[in-house]
Amino acid sequence: MIYWDIFWAFFIANLLGYGGGPATIPLIQIEVVNNNGWMTLSEFGDVLAIANALPGPIATKMAGFIGYELGGVLGAAVALAATILPSALAVIVLFKFVNLFKDSPKVKLMTKSVQPIIAVLLAVMAYQFFMSAFEKSGMLHLLLLAAVSYLTLIKFKVHPSLVIFGALFYGGIFLS
Amino acid sequence: MKPYLELAIGFARTGVTGYGGGPSTIPLIEFEAVKKYKWMTEEEFGETLALANTLPGPIATKMAAYIGYKVKGSMGATVAILTHILPSIIAMLALLGVLYSFRQSPVVSGMVQGVTPVIGFMLAEMAYRFYQKGSQGLGLPKNLILAAVSLIFVQFLEWHPGILIAIVLSTAFYIAHRKEQANKKAAEEYMPVREKSS
Repeated sequence: MIYWDIFWAFFIANLLGYGGGPATIPLIQIEVVNNNGWMTLSEFGDVLAIANALPGPIATKMAGFIGYELGGVLGAAVALAATILPSALAVIVLFKFVNLFKDSPKVKLMTKSVQPIIAVLLAVMAYQFFMSAFEKSGMLHLLLLAAVSYLTLIKFKVHPSLVIFGALFYGGIFLS
Repeated sequence: MKPYLELAIGFARTGVTGYGGGPSTIPLIEFEAVKKYKWMTEEEFGETLALANTLPGPIATKMAAYIGYKVKGSMGATVAILTHILPSIIAMLALLGVLYSFRQSPVVSGMVQGVTPVIGFMLAEMAYRFYQKGSQGLGLPKNLILAAVSLIFVQFLEWHPGILIAIVLSTAFYIAHRKEQANKKAAEEYMPVREKSS
């Protein structure tokens, strides 16, 4: 049952992704690439690139697209439901107990403690992308593109979608 | 009809203008919810955000669900979530569809190669931000130890990160619980003294 697998993959990734959509990216990657083998890492990278180039919440863009690739419109609906519904229902139900949870030191410590793990997962992913770029396009292009990414995104605060489209353009001309 | 239309416009607008994932759309959602359509006060918005942050999963859809529900019940929640997420998903299907149908072309494979280091950089930058947040919250030594431990377990021992996250979450819950108990006990011990003096 592919739909059940899709549901389970996105449910787990979002349940463990504490701290909003971006924190779930490495967890989605683990389910989609490592556990289920639905995509290769480089395919996942393409999807992530386009998702980053477009506005809107990142987790639902990933779920919508990957679900659609695997099981059409129904697949997309299942992946989105698994991503959104559990936490959306929980927030509505839990609001009645808001004062019990809001400033709870338990919740604060839990949120803080997950940050370094998410950081490591993202760093490992970054390393994999750099390695893959090194193997396919060589050190020169990798260093150039990484340096330009730093300058445009961090120094000059260029819009991420412009940087992504710029990189697509560069690759289409110099790396084809 | 009007409340539904307002929810749809407000959440569609925040869905297509917020860049960098859910957390970056929060200020935009606040603008629509508090200033523009007055669905809630600023305090209420802050409370909702605090509660939404205590739950796992994407933040923007949790906010859309609660605000939509508050304005118009379950239908309102459905409208808010769908208008927030659908435009960007459809745009994504269209863009990737075009890219995939030319997958064999050397130009497209070059484009993919061009974007790989940029994605690597964006992930590295996100990793750094999460690391910094961890340092602010936990202090440098604990953050560093947790990061090193998770690197060893996830990368070298190839554990599923979910297991590690579950262990860390329950340990954090337990430690905070112990601290709360200790504080309560201390407070109780002081109580009689205060009562006498008053």
